[in-house]
Amino acid sequence: MKYTKLLLSFLLTIGIFFVLNTKLGDIPPLGKFLNPQSGIWQNETDEAISGEISIPGLEENVTVHYDEQLIPHVFAQNESDLYKAQGYLTAKHRLWQLEFQTFAAAGRLSEIIGEGALNYDRTERRRGMGYGADQAIAYMEQHDTQTLGFIQDYADGVNAYIDQLSPENYPVEYKLLDYTPEKWTPKKTALLLMYMTKMLAGGDEDLEYTNALRLFGKENFDLLFPDFFDVNDPIIPKETDWSFIDVPQTPHPNADVVLDSISETIEKPNPDNGSNNWAVSGEKSATGHPILANDPHLGLNLPAIWFVMQLSAPNHNAMGATIPGALGVISGFNQHIAWGETNATRDVIDWYKIEFNKDRTQYKYDGQWKDLTIRVEDIKIKGKESFKDSVLYTHHGPVVYDQNFMSDEELVGYAMKWIGHEGGNNQKTFLELNKAKNYDDYVSALKYWNAPAQNFVFASTEGDIALWIQGKFPNKWEGQGKFLMDGSNPDNDWQGYIPQEFNAKVKNPERGFVSSANQHPVDDNYPFFVYNDGYETYRNRVINDFFKSKAKFSVQDFKDLHNNNYNLKAAELVPYMLEHMDTSSLTAEEKAIYNEIKAWEFNNDIDEVGPSIWRQWYGKLYNMVWDEFEVEDTALEKPFAYQTIYLLKNHGEHEFMDIVETDDKETAKNLFLLAFKKAAERLLEIKNEEGDYTWANYKGTYAGHLLRGLPAFSRFDIPIGGDRNIVNATSENHGPSWRMIVEMTTPPTAIGIYPGGQSGNPGSKYYDNFIDDWAEGKYHSLNFLQSNEAIEAIIGTQTLTPAHNE
Amino acid sequence: MNKNLLNFIATLVLALLLSLFLPWWSIMTAALATALFIPLKKAAVFFVPFLAILLFWAVYSLMLSSGNDYTLAKRIAVLLSLGGNPYALMLVTGIIGGLAAGIAAILGKQLSLVLSKN
Repeated sequence: MKYTKLLLSFLLTIGIFFVLNTKLGDIPPLGKFLNPQSGIWQNETDEAISGEISIPGLEENVTVHYDEQLIPHVFAQNESDLYKAQGYLTAKHRLWQLEFQTFAAAGRLSEIIGEGALNYDRTERRRGMGYGADQAIAYMEQHDTQTLGFIQDYADGVNAYIDQLSPENYPVEYKLLDYTPEKWTPKKTALLLMYMTKMLAGGDEDLEYTNALRLFGKENFDLLFPDFFDVNDPIIPKETDWSFIDVPQTPHPNADVVLDSISETIEKPNPDNGSNNWAVSGEKSATGHPILANDPHLGLNLPAIWFVMQLSAPNHNAMGATIPGALGVISGFNQHIAWGETNATRDVIDWYKIEFNKDRTQYKYDGQWKDLTIRVEDIKIKGKESFKDSVLYTHHGPVVYDQNFMSDEELVGYAMKWIGHEGGNNQKTFLELNKAKNYDDYVSALKYWNAPAQNFVFASTEGDIALWIQGKFPNKWEGQGKFLMDGSNPDNDWQGYIPQEFNAKVKNPERGFVSSANQHPVDDNYPFFVYNDGYETYRNRVINDFFKSKAKFSVQDFKDLHNNNYNLKAAELVPYMLEHMDTSSLTAEEKAIYNEIKAWEFNNDIDEVGPSIWRQWYGKLYNMVWDEFEVEDTALEKPFAYQTIYLLKNHGEHEFMDIVETDDKETAKNLFLLAFKKAAERLLEIKNEEGDYTWANYKGTYAGHLLRGLPAFSRFDIPIGGDRNIVNATSENHGPSWRMIVEMTTPPTAIGIYPGGQSGNPGSKYYDNFIDDWAEGKYHSLNFLQSNEAIEAIIGTQTLTPAHNE
Repeated sequence: MNKNLLNFIATLVLALLLSLFLPWWSIMTAALATALFIPLKKAAVFFVPFLAILLFWAVYSLMLSSGNDYTLAKRIAVLLSLGGNPYALMLVTGIIGGLAAGIAAILGKQLSLVLSKN
């Protein structure tokens, strides 16, 4: 009996130990997780900002002054120490995010989350993320060991932090998911840069367009997806003289289009990923100094994508937004220049149909069989056996779709040609920009930049302003890569690249300002093939009209423009709809909503109802117009908003206006009413459920935690106006992820803010402390220290000292 | 001294000491050891170490959290569906520690019975 009891109590003890020590489903291992000596209670603290820390490999002391925003101002005595310190400090404040993002980039999330992430991981592997990172490292090993050395310094800094970290101090997410940080490597920096490339140059519609061309014919396709819209206010002003370009566009080879039917395609980055930047010249500035602004529009996440730092070494002193994993300042300024980026969308992904031989070891090219190479992707899965995926590579790039992935054709695959696979030296551009002293330095820094193509805005204390559209762009024949191409025909290969010096650019234009907002880079006079690749058509016009509206602009004007909520898209359609809609059948409730939107002045401010009505109305209308695109098992992309509105106003009787499933023949005017009634129905429901549909309430802007938006670590109902296609581009979970304004005084005076906080620890008051000010349109002044001395704004100083091996 | 009180104090002190160099299950080790050397009777076998560790973990977590405005505790209390109440999280923390300790103490008690009879 007593042995039975002993056995029972033994089993019970083992049982409770197992339950409390093991992650079960989404529930963390509760004993490990909650115990106060090593669990989450140890994370109830802010990061230390004083004292001395000894770091192996450091050559000299590095001083780190923290200001009250927890921005580290780093003073190193050589560049190698500077990047070690950057790695160390980034890890100290953002370790989990730093690592998680590169796991996401590499397609390794199954390792930490489990089988649920397998499809995501396979997609990233097949997209060639790891392959691209390998190419970048190989390029640097061959051509630029200095940059690679700095990347190694950064890795050493990150690892110095990880090595000092005891398990009780692991960031809370490690405890929640029950895993431990691994060593940082240079490849992870390359992966992070691939992650950015995917985010900003990883989208294309070639396969969707191929389906649309097949289903609707060329005439309809060209009407729905024109290369240029009827309005175009390009980044590089229209009057630019291109006669200096002496390299012709690749001639058209008369290759046939391949009209295959593709049922589904891999996940694409958010099409709203974009940005604004602009600069005014000294003559156009109220103070006589050029002023520059940048606000990248990205997903609103916590921890935020940006981490603000000042990075100073004897030969340079830069400050601004950094990205955990990349070296140097990405969007910022130094003592001489300021710079910022917006995305320069261009079609740098093309698709090739591949025909395999019987045993899938070769593919057809130029009338012969060419060998495939195989990259085996070994995907580790938490709690399960690894998944091995063999990805076939052609000279174009990886065969993303084949019988093993999103396709069932045995001897046919679709290969991806992507600039992201070309290797390159993007990191060098940032390192050089951080040190640049003038326009020439800026131009030579940009030469290293391949992808994602960016509109780099520039201003200097010398008084120059400029904007280069920099990337490595294939010199395509007219129409190349708009649709799926035959991968066996050499004419379809990229025949070469546009020489870097012929990339579109503008310096000190007569109009006194430069700007970009992801619109068309050029008009159709630019001698190379550029077509509409999802270019923005609204923000740019509001911005350019603003800068044409008066003679001088101040920092306050810049702030106002960042926070401008004018909805040009609505303003271009709502009056037309109100004028042409038959209102005789509206009920009293519908009429009330009609009057509300009629009174709206097209500002997406938080207490307006107009923006909510517009969203509902236009959303319903858009889907009614493009009901022809709801085709089962066929990947399709609906036309862009600008062209939709153009067609509604100019081709209201077109066959696409008809709703296929009704017997009636609808026109645009019928759709206005039908959509309005549906929208009103939904708005009344919202009113019933939530009390009202004011814009702040309707939109419910939030910053979601990087780990599947965990509500406990996220911020909800952030009261901010704006929307996509508005200069203040804040939609539900996307928007200005960093706002910076720099006046080119000597030294520059800058303000900046982002929706997050400097600490990645949800237990720190610095985790999300910028969000309220950001929502209100406020900025914090960026304390640009001119020497290694703690000024009044500094609340703590930490010294990183070399660790001496005795 | 009352044996219950003695066990209570011994569990608490031993748990504190072991926690300095063992992981979270140091409290199970402590409860098991005290149950071996200071055996209790009936329900007290479980409840005395249960309360000792509940007190230890709840007070320790209160001390760590109160200095930081309960910033993280509030969030974790959302994560674990405790309505964002940091005190509820401390109580849950204490109960989990107490449960593990109490069960380990039962094993200790059974072990002491087997050993003493031999």
